[in-house]
Amino acid sequence: MSIVTVQLGQCGNQIGHEVFNALCSDVHGTHGLCSKKENESYHDACKERFFSEEESEVPVARAVLVDMEPKVISQTLSIAARSGYWKYDDRSHFCQKQGSGNNWANGYSVHGPRHKEVIMNLVQKEAEKCDRLGGFFTIMSMAGGTGSGLGAFVTQCLRDAFPTSFILNHVIWPYGTGEVIVQNYNSLLTLSHLYQSSDALLVHENDVIHKICAQLMKIKQISFRDVNQVIAHQLGSVFQPTYTAEGGSHYSRNPLGDLMETLVPHPEFKMLGLRNIPQMPENSLPYSTFSWPGLIKHLRQMLIANAKMEEGIDWQVRPPQLGSSIPSSHSTNKPLHFNTSIANLVILRGKDMHNVDLGSFRDPSLYTSWLNPQDAFNAWKTPRAFNKYEKSAALVSNSQFLLKPLDNVVGKAWNMFASKAYIHQYTKFGIEEEDFLDSFTALEQVISSYTIL
Amino acid sequence: PVSLPFAVGQCGNQVGCRFWDLALREHAAVNKKGIYDESLSSFFRNVDTRSGGDGPDIYKGKICSLKARALLIDMEEGVVNEILQGPLRDVFDSKQLITDVSGSGNNWAVGHKLYGYQYRENIVEKLRKTAEHCDCLQCFFIIHSMGGGTGSGLGTFVLNLLEDEFPEVYRFVTSVYPSGEDDVITSPYNSVLAMKELNEHADCVLPIENESLFDIVNKIHQMINSGKLGSTVKQNSLVTSSAGSTKTVQEKPFDAMNNIVANLLLNLTSSARFEGSLNMDLNEISMNLVPFPRLHYLVSSLTPLYTLADVNVPSRRLDQMFSDAFSRDHQLIQTDPKHSLYLACALLVRGNVQVSDLRRNIERLKPSLHFVSWNQEGWKTGLCSVPPVGHSHSLLALANNTCVKPTFIELKDRFMKLYKKKAHLHHYLHIDGMEQSCFSEAISSLSDLIEEYNELDATKGGPRTDPSRLKIAV
Repeated sequence: MSIVTVQLGQCGNQIGHEVFNALCSDVHGTHGLCSKKENESYHDACKERFFSEEESEVPVARAVLVDMEPKVISQTLSIAARSGYWKYDDRSHFCQKQGSGNNWANGYSVHGPRHKEVIMNLVQKEAEKCDRLGGFFTIMSMAGGTGSGLGAFVTQCLRDAFPTSFILNHVIWPYGTGEVIVQNYNSLLTLSHLYQSSDALLVHENDVIHKICAQLMKIKQISFRDVNQVIAHQLGSVFQPTYTAEGGSHYSRNPLGDLMETLVPHPEFKMLGLRNIPQMPENSLPYSTFSWPGLIKHLRQMLIANAKMEEGIDWQVRPPQLGSSIPSSHSTNKPLHFNTSIANLVILRGKDMHNVDLGSFRDPSLYTSWLNPQDAFNAWKTPRAFNKYEKSAALVSNSQFLLKPLDNVVGKAWNMFASKAYIHQYTKFGIEEEDFLDSFTALEQVISSYTIL
Repeated sequence: PVSLPFAVGQCGNQVGCRFWDLALREHAAVNKKGIYDESLSSFFRNVDTRSGGDGPDIYKGKICSLKARALLIDMEEGVVNEILQGPLRDVFDSKQLITDVSGSGNNWAVGHKLYGYQYRENIVEKLRKTAEHCDCLQCFFIIHSMGGGTGSGLGTFVLNLLEDEFPEVYRFVTSVYPSGEDDVITSPYNSVLAMKELNEHADCVLPIENESLFDIVNKIHQMINSGKLGSTVKQNSLVTSSAGSTKTVQEKPFDAMNNIVANLLLNLTSSARFEGSLNMDLNEISMNLVPFPRLHYLVSSLTPLYTLADVNVPSRRLDQMFSDAFSRDHQLIQTDPKHSLYLACALLVRGNVQVSDLRRNIERLKPSLHFVSWNQEGWKTGLCSVPPVGHSHSLLALANNTCVKPTFIELKDRFMKLYKKKAHLHHYLHIDGMEQSCFSEAISSLSDLIEEYNELDATKGGPRTDPSRLKIAV
């Protein structure tokens, strides 16, 4: 099954490009460390998911590029074509000249309806190219106007036009100290709207990735390109082919469906966080050795202690004692810093992953009480190493990972809303105070639900 | 997206002239292949002049003849004629000019009511024609001074007109405010009358004071002549310089100062014209820096003022650029933002600067700045890859800060000094359409604006109690 990617706004297009790059370079890399047959299988599965074979010599990404100003798309298209390894379909993009001015209302209420037909036609064309459509993957930032506002509108359109398809939104959480002053408003409106039409939101926080670039990748002058490449690597580690069943004989055909099934048991809980281990500069790789027990141990502690990366993990945090469990899920027993999960997915890539002991992830004390531990945890594997890492593990988690960031954003937005600052910029385009209040209500509900896990 | 500048009056046109010159220089430095591209189209049309005169527009391919997208308006002919006889003559054609002979006599009413009425249709027609050639018109710029008659009066008339004819296009105004020692006695009247228009019809105003420009020019001269730096300064890197542009004549006294303003406009529009990892368009500036409709006066500062010839710039020097942007030496208006309240701040960086440099400097500078309680992290940032000519990087900081209040209070005081004595009022009141109420409304508008800033200042330093969050039923 194939996934159609929709790249929205500057951020969405810049990241999308790095993602296809990462997927392609992984597939063409010689570091698969597995049999030729395995490699070919992997290659074919990846191709089917993300690329289409056309008359051109290079694979064509299954993507629709959307932006309200032309510079980024034009750059993205030309850089991709120059790589020689893959390209975008020349016709599969739509842009305007004006931009959205960082105004969610402009993106959602003006650009959205105005360009709905053209955009959905492009999506339809890409969908038709797929033998079997596995769903949609949209990439957008929350802070600006196009990715956020137009992105929310397009997601709604996707839901209306493809009611039975899976929709996964990849959402970029902006830096806390601001890239855009009204980013908290834009984020509030985006999240509350996406929650209605999307199946799940997979989140990357700029602050977190920035730290990874600084501390793990040891980059001195970090650029957005560096940040985007780490994000692309992490996404690749989730979306490259895997075997989802123990002893499975072929790569899973339905990655988005499988993801939703394992991680989103209840529509109130859609916020997914992503962790990946190990992360290091490429030139350190030859000097490093990895052991599965070590990786698993670190990854589990990252989950429990809500650590953003494998350095600086708080090893003091422990899961609560189950003996005194109360049926109600109120967290009087749980230590304050403990990150409670609803469901987790671990993905192992590389040598000798067959016998890895994942029992520590099945520990019921990690989870809320309302799912069976067997259902709450899943593992996908492949012996094929990813992106030059001999062994790597990824964790996609539906847990309290994003509770604090969400609470921060809503808090700041509320603070600003109380003074009515900038509201006139939104009402100008048809988003009223009432719409803000609806969004606040919706997100406070989500915060509350995640808090009492 | 296209930006359309209107130069109105003597000051406006002198600045405008420097602006076009430096814009050509900037694009020539970047555009090596002579292809007419998206970034050139922001300010210039590409016209096929082979058939002589004003041919059709060419949208792609080689550059044939570049024509500035602009309207030059002056009620005296001197400045505009000079432009048309100078090296920029081919950049403009007669259809973009609106001139008269007698000038406005430093009288806002003459500019606004008399000439406004007289030239309205002419202006609208030329405006429409110019706009027709624009693929996507995003923003109008008005460049003018506040103290005289044409720039101030006719300039604000044009502002009104733009709102009527093209309500969706943003209106940015670069206004040169008169100093206390201005030799035009009626400049307070003209300025306050113009302020009312700016309050009501502009999306963003960048106030500029000649004193600041003058100080910057002096500072540069001192630096060069003192030999303190021990290295040579790149001539074309001076923010005051016309080097490398078409100007071959001896520079006039105001040229250096006007170049600063021209550079301000170039930097302001750089991210809309050139690529970068975090684009910042003009509509984003308005969106992020204007929390309440009338509080749209932005303090600007430009750095660096010059670059040294040594090419290697360690990151400490880069950080110095950020510090400089928050020092009063680099501001284009004499205010004290550090001791007042920031409502919002934008940093537009050009050149080889990455997001980590931005973050590091924001973290470093934040503690010494006071931000309003509901916008504690109110930073808008942009990264444009293309630096200005002669520099490896540059920074334009725009601040919405209550520090403009004293400037407006002073202006109000100067106005009241004259108004109480009814000095020179008759020159205004005998113009058709001018009444006493124009004056009282104008001063009232200014007072209201000052009061809005007062209310915000009152919140400074107070105890922070965040409003309690929405409670929802569990």
